[in-house]
Amino acid sequence: MLHITTLHYLVLGAALFLLGVIGVLTRRNVVIVLMSIELILNAVNLNLVAFSRFWGGVHGQVFAIFVITDAAAEAAVGLGILIAFFRNKETINIDEVNLLKW
Amino acid sequence: MGQIIQYIQSYLRTKDLTPGAAGNVFWALVYIMLVFAGLSVAVIAMNWLERKILAHMQVRLGPMRVGPHGLLQPIADALKLLLKEDIIPAEADALVFWVAPFIVVLAAFTVFVVVPFGPTHAITDMNIGILFMLGVSSLSVLGIVTAGWASNSHYPLIGALRSSAQMVSYEVAMGLAVVSAILMTSLNAEGTGTLSMIGIVQAQQAQAEWFIFKFFPLGLVAFAIFAIAMVAETNRAPFDLPEAESELTAGFHTEYSGFRWSLFFLAEYSAMIAVSSIAVTLWLGGWLRPFPALHGPSITIAHVWPPADPTAPTGALDFVLALFPGLTFLFLAGMCFYSTVRMPKHPFFRIQTIGLAGFGAALALIGLILFWPPVRDRVGDIYWFSAKVAAFMYLYIWYRGTFPRYRFDQLMKVGWKILLPIGLGVLILTATVALLQTIWHL
Amino acid sequence: MLIGGVLVITRKNAVHSALALIVTLLAQAAIYLMLYAPFVAGVQIILYAGGIMVLFLFVIMLVSIERTEKERQFNKQWLVGIVAAGALGGLFITVYSKGQSIFPDRALPIAEAQNTQVVGTMLYGQYMFAFEIASLLLLVAIIGAVVMAKKRI
Repeated sequence: MLHITTLHYLVLGAALFLLGVIGVLTRRNVVIVLMSIELILNAVNLNLVAFSRFWGGVHGQVFAIFVITDAAAEAAVGLGILIAFFRNKETINIDEVNLLKW
Repeated sequence: MGQIIQYIQSYLRTKDLTPGAAGNVFWALVYIMLVFAGLSVAVIAMNWLERKILAHMQVRLGPMRVGPHGLLQPIADALKLLLKEDIIPAEADALVFWVAPFIVVLAAFTVFVVVPFGPTHAITDMNIGILFMLGVSSLSVLGIVTAGWASNSHYPLIGALRSSAQMVSYEVAMGLAVVSAILMTSLNAEGTGTLSMIGIVQAQQAQAEWFIFKFFPLGLVAFAIFAIAMVAETNRAPFDLPEAESELTAGFHTEYSGFRWSLFFLAEYSAMIAVSSIAVTLWLGGWLRPFPALHGPSITIAHVWPPADPTAPTGALDFVLALFPGLTFLFLAGMCFYSTVRMPKHPFFRIQTIGLAGFGAALALIGLILFWPPVRDRVGDIYWFSAKVAAFMYLYIWYRGTFPRYRFDQLMKVGWKILLPIGLGVLILTATVALLQTIWHL
Repeated sequence: MLIGGVLVITRKNAVHSALALIVTLLAQAAIYLMLYAPFVAGVQIILYAGGIMVLFLFVIMLVSIERTEKERQFNKQWLVGIVAAGALGGLFITVYSKGQSIFPDRALPIAEAQNTQVVGTMLYGQYMFAFEIASLLLLVAIIGAVVMAKKRI
């Protein structure tokens, strides 16, 4: 039976983080980009809680709760911006967000 | 083989642990099967009861043809639904269409893992029990939204969006009411509260009063907020605009037929029973009998016919209330026999009369068994819990038969502008009174 | 969880992506339970899977139009993105393989029954300031989201 150490959880967190980064950098659909950001935040939470377990104390878990709260706030604002953008441009293609391009 | 029997019997020797806490997989599975079977029977009974009670409230008779007094009607309905053609709308997303009813059913049934029917009669006792129940019941919103989306037509989509907006709004009010009840659990001797369902009922037992009567009227107001929010949470009348037939042609489950629709319907009734169990556990004392602290004077019949457990209290009130399970079943059997006598005396009704008399005899037999002391004690907890949940089910049907429907903007106004401030007020007042009691009156 | 993550970033249909994300979040809650953090698991289910994902599904339904499914789903700069992610992955591998000795090996036994109490005490005690700031942040986010999505200000 494999002995589960911190490293296993950290590698899982790193893999999720990488998946999220790939999602943010390569997808065109803005909603999926936002969902990849949620994946990244989840990976960070996993690291936090794993360390909180292996070093004792609940500081990591408390911070993870704060990160979840922040993720909720940021998802709300991000989706609000998305709706405002969609109303103007009628598209959710992230390549079209180029109003500042010269 | 001997080892397996050893494993099975090792749980029977532990005194106060649920199978989950004892880590015994076999008994956990047995309890899961029992809860699942009980829930299915309850949903079937609810279907029949709803049609009969609504009918009697509207001064008509309800289903009378299928079995004696329509008792076989739910079975006929189930057969019809299973044999109906399974239609998937054109250009609907097949995967999401297929998955949506399962999400709702999963969310509605997983909640029952922590529902306590007695001090050891739960599948498991998580120490975040109430948090788990609230969280998993909020997963059913996801199923409804995906169901509306996958149907690829206007009415289901609007119905799904409205329904999920309503459910999410009333979850906030539910959460506040739950928090003010959890506050009351921390008023016991150790000063620590608990989130586990069994712990909440044990706190009510230790403080010797149901939380609905505590800090009168704060417990009552919190209970009222939860009772209103739970009706809105399960999309039942008077908050059933998203699925009302005259408004949106059955809302988010318009395009579902046959077996899938019966899954939604099963999930709706299970969710009703689940939130009623939360209300019963938090405010009405779970499996505790009424007046849990009073025992009454010690009378001779209580000693002549004692409970099987020698350490159980034997007062008059204990004895009388312990007879309730058997008396309930005998009362139901009496009603069956009365109806049998009043059946029309025509050869066409012979089978129905015999069937009804047989049903009455079975109920009477169960009632007589429930008078026997060893069975009486074990069943007592489950009986009181089920009786309270059944009272809530009757309330649900009563609301459906009495109240007119809320319009959607009125519904949202009630949820956000009325229930939320009252919930906050109750929470602050409960916290203040609890603090006063522990600091100044201790 | 990893399968869910891969499905999130590769599905063309945004609703499928959202469902995969829900599966990932629920798996994450299960891992929190394995790490003896039941309160964080409960919060994850209620907030993330039951709140944020509902928000995402709402917006997907209001915004998503059929023609997005027939377009290309990957960006103009996908190659650069993959290279950058590969570099990051290489960094992770280096750090984790070189620094294996500093990660603790044995887990300390934890009294699970006290977890919620301890988290609560810490939230209201040591992290009280952060708690209040978080509530202020949520207020700002609510106002921001309402203003952003309004038709006429």
